[in-house]
Amino acid sequence: MSAADLTRPRIGVLAVQGAVSEHEAALADVGARTTRVRLPHELDGLDGLVIPGGESTTFGLIAGRSGLLGALHERIASGLPVFGTCAGLIMLASRIDGDGDQALIGGMDIVVRRNAFGRQLASFEADVVVPVLGDPPMRGIFIRAPWVEKVGPSVEVLAEHAGHIVAARDRTRIVCAFHPELTGDRRLHRLFVDGVRGATAPADEDLKGGIRVGSQ
Amino acid sequence: MSDNAGANGATGTDAVKAGLARMLKGGVIMDVVDAEQAKIAEEAGACAVMALERIPSEIRRVGGVARMSDPEMIIGIQEAVSIPVMAKCRIGHHVEAQVLQALEVDYIDESEVLTPADEASHVDKRRFTIPFVCGATNLGEALRRISEGAAMMRTKGEAGTGNVVEAVRHMKTITQGIRRVASATPDERFAIAKEMAAPLDLIEWVGEHGRLPVVNFSAGGIATPADAALMMYLGAEGVFVGSGIFMSEDPPARARAIVEATTHWDDPEVVARVSRGLREAMPGLEIAQIAAEGGLLQTRGW
Repeated sequence: MSAADLTRPRIGVLAVQGAVSEHEAALADVGARTTRVRLPHELDGLDGLVIPGGESTTFGLIAGRSGLLGALHERIASGLPVFGTCAGLIMLASRIDGDGDQALIGGMDIVVRRNAFGRQLASFEADVVVPVLGDPPMRGIFIRAPWVEKVGPSVEVLAEHAGHIVAARDRTRIVCAFHPELTGDRRLHRLFVDGVRGATAPADEDLKGGIRVGSQ
Repeated sequence: MSDNAGANGATGTDAVKAGLARMLKGGVIMDVVDAEQAKIAEEAGACAVMALERIPSEIRRVGGVARMSDPEMIIGIQEAVSIPVMAKCRIGHHVEAQVLQALEVDYIDESEVLTPADEASHVDKRRFTIPFVCGATNLGEALRRISEGAAMMRTKGEAGTGNVVEAVRHMKTITQGIRRVASATPDERFAIAKEMAAPLDLIEWVGEHGRLPVVNFSAGGIATPADAALMMYLGAEGVFVGSGIFMSEDPPARARAIVEATTHWDDPEVVARVSRGLREAMPGLEIAQIAAEGGLLQTRGW
């Protein structure tokens, strides 16, 4: 990639359904260009990908029919940086705890529980301390939210809430159970896009990538 | 507002209520009357289901008073699927809404498809933890519902007809209203607020942002994949499909096709491909004839 591209990486937003425009606005705020991904060929030339909140069963079904699911699996397995929120977190999990026969993309060595905090009646907002982002805490909006039951050895826990893992990362892959795209707080999006810049930079620039900090 | 201190944080906040609608964007919400239909909807890729006793075309046919569904049926649907489950209460029926909240449905539709319970007032939706979706035919009506606490809007259209013309009219009327408010001067907005019978603060919000403060879906008469894509083209953020699916000849195939057409609404090749071989759509009704017989549902609510 050219130096000019590095400052404005091209981030795809999975757009089969869900909170797409909210992520586009957040990514634009942190200096990324965005493009919508609904069909497999739309993955070409991306530097990173966001999987938004929405209904994960719907994502799996629609993306599965067009061959997008398989293409996503391949690109992410071969190192495409990815940021998943809520349903995106579920799609990136290696396994769903309980009755989960739904189609996933995988890529993160995590086990998740769907609708773990309950139905909409139990949906909530609360301050979430994310140590790598420093002060203040993020305002976490949790909507029929999942949580992470278990993480593998390569996965770093970024945040917990009420005793459950609600944000994690594995190198340039970040997941969270809440919705930073619904607030004006862009710190997690910036962390992700900085990681994309780091991942696509020449080797000697790697250390400038924000994703490296604290992930050793 | 109905903010409560839940075990994990504040529940029922505006952000949490309107947020779920944001997660449904780009999706299809399907009317279902039992667990079996709910499974078909989920397997087709519906982002949510609307549990109701009879689909609108049946309500139209049977007549009489249409009420909230039997809780037993709603529970059966909640147990059958993992996607959000919505249910309808009658306009102004505070207690039906409380019952639906007690059942932990994910969204309540205060719906003109059911027989109104109150001729003067809608439910005070701000007092509930569960979010509400309401129908509207124009911008003023949408903003009145939002001021009462609705966290999601939809066009009313004309439910149970398989005729998309009213949904088109309502969607265009709402977007034309938004454009008018956005291009008005601040002093003109006072007059518009009075004319539309809408709260001034919401008129000002719409003027500043050029959109509704909550997600706006389309509903009422969508029967084909092309109908769904048309509503997306006109600015809907997703669609409700009622009688259009389960009154057609091949519900699973049609449900899937409408889901695909909603995602790929601006890709005519996809809409063409998914529209092939779906067998008969539901029979459609002429609006003028229903109006002449006094059977319009869209005039319920105010």
